[in-house]
Amino acid sequence: MYKYDTYDQAIVDSRVEEFRDQVKRRLAGQITEDQFKPLRLMNGLYLQLHAYMLRVAVPYGTLDGRQMRMLGHIARKYDRGYGHFTTRQNIQYNWIKLEDAPDILADLATVEMHAIQTSGNCIRNISSDQYAGAAADEVTDPRVWAELLRQWSTFHPEFSYLPRKFKIAVIAADEDRAAMRLHDIGIQLIERDGQLGGRVFVGGGMGRTPMVAPEIKDFITAADLLSYVEACLRVYNRYGRRDNIYKARIKILIHELGADEYRRQVEEEFALVKALGIDPPQAEFDRISAFFAPPAFVADDGVAADRSDPDFAVWLDQNVKPHKQPGYAIVNISLKPTAGIPGDASADQIDLMADLAERYSFDELRVTHAQNIVLPHVRTADLYTVWQALDAAGLAPANLDLISDIIACPGLDYCSLANARSIPIAQKIAERFADLGRQRELGELKLKISGCINACGHHHAGHIGILGVDKKGTENYQLLLGGSGAEDASLARITGPGFDEDGIVDAVEKVTNVYLASREDGERFLDTYRRVGLDPFKEALYG
Amino acid sequence: MKLLTGNDLPTGDVIWWTGESWSRHVEDAADVTDQGESIARAEEGARRVNAAYVIDATATPEGPRPAHIKDRVRALGPTVRPDLTLKPADPQAGSWVI
Repeated sequence: MYKYDTYDQAIVDSRVEEFRDQVKRRLAGQITEDQFKPLRLMNGLYLQLHAYMLRVAVPYGTLDGRQMRMLGHIARKYDRGYGHFTTRQNIQYNWIKLEDAPDILADLATVEMHAIQTSGNCIRNISSDQYAGAAADEVTDPRVWAELLRQWSTFHPEFSYLPRKFKIAVIAADEDRAAMRLHDIGIQLIERDGQLGGRVFVGGGMGRTPMVAPEIKDFITAADLLSYVEACLRVYNRYGRRDNIYKARIKILIHELGADEYRRQVEEEFALVKALGIDPPQAEFDRISAFFAPPAFVADDGVAADRSDPDFAVWLDQNVKPHKQPGYAIVNISLKPTAGIPGDASADQIDLMADLAERYSFDELRVTHAQNIVLPHVRTADLYTVWQALDAAGLAPANLDLISDIIACPGLDYCSLANARSIPIAQKIAERFADLGRQRELGELKLKISGCINACGHHHAGHIGILGVDKKGTENYQLLLGGSGAEDASLARITGPGFDEDGIVDAVEKVTNVYLASREDGERFLDTYRRVGLDPFKEALYG
Repeated sequence: MKLLTGNDLPTGDVIWWTGESWSRHVEDAADVTDQGESIARAEEGARRVNAAYVIDATATPEGPRPAHIKDRVRALGPTVRPDLTLKPADPQAGSWVI
């Protein structure tokens, strides 16, 4: 994984001291909250419902054990013993004191981490495939490009004050594990005629006006990719709406201009940008690539995992994925125990995951956009040992991609923007479907819950989506069906009038019953929905 | 009745105006009638509160109860972690909010 050079470290260290001084001046009354607020947001510090919330950047979700352990240390020392992993592959802490924030950032800097650009109208954390470097289906490691884009975007002088926040995802496989087409820019690295390049999708996103990004470029060579992305941003920065926050995202610009006209302008801009020479020289690209070289895999010993423990066997089937290297596997650690809070992990659990990464996964971890953790390179021979350790720590729910593997935003329990609580709904649904056999009978079913229209819980991309709204001062939950954040990206549709807290759980069960009664061989929930349409589900829900 | 609430500047804790100072417990909150905005300005100027605002509330035998669910969640703590609420010993604390 990427390691800071002295220049990187100096930037982060100086930023910590700058923020320390800003906090000191705020507490001394030398600057007002209006003056201070944009400064704290530039360092990932929000004021939420109960306290300050600090969002820490995890570039493309990749961490080593030392960094993960630091996240546990911060949870234990400065928060209330836990951290919350988010859909942008980051972590956030809900109970931070302003007076502690500089010390937290200083601690993070000792392990090459920070909270820069985790808020504000800038290019946010670049996200990627959590299986990068381990998946058999990738054409290259997308993190090399994510890292290049991270370096390019950090403190980019032209893009520090965009019309709105800006999110980029990079993948390198046909299977989209990063919801690439629901980003402002999605890049799929591909090979064409032996040459590496990228397909570029621009103008996706969820929130108030959800859109699946149209393809703007079917192939741009690797040598031109950074210039092309810069051109995409320049056109947005020039014409994106700054007069109306609700119309400021690039998806609105492209919708209003039309994809063809936006593409024409980008191509025109690209011709100018390319002449500036911002694409990295091969030596720099090679330098970055070297940090993502495959670890020292050992030869396959040919020993298969012993499946005699039935609980282990189920976990193996559900949470462990094939690795490109024979003799290794990708381990998904579900942070979705029944009645738990999706994405939450205690300090002790964080430490344990750090230990397991160091001992069994070449010191690598990943945070997934589904709020889970991945150990990307575990030897088949070590799987049972790893599972035993996870199980003892409550980290072995065998529910990856099942109905209880729910994405849920913090909702009204923590977020000052939310209109309704998300977490209790996730817990009640998980409890209703607690039987793992029943969950596996339902098969892949991605359920996503947001507590407001901003869609941090990705409800638009849920096979089943739930949106909490405020209805005359009480919580109400709309049900949506048919969304996908994968390579078959689609937006979910609202079924009809919303439900109360218990009603939405019943509604989800009714929907699954329609699916079970209607599905054909091999169909996932989403496949059945797409075949039969919304009507049978509406009939079951509303009669 | 109307209450004045905000966050303690250095810690971020949710606080309630008692008529003389700030408390972390909504039960201590005083009716600010139409004085809330001016108290907020003075207290923000003195750096004793951040992001102060006035809310509607109802008087109950147990003390003031915020009218809107969002402020009741603020007053109690997250409904999904009883151990993190201001009533950690009460397993039914979350029901206070609804």
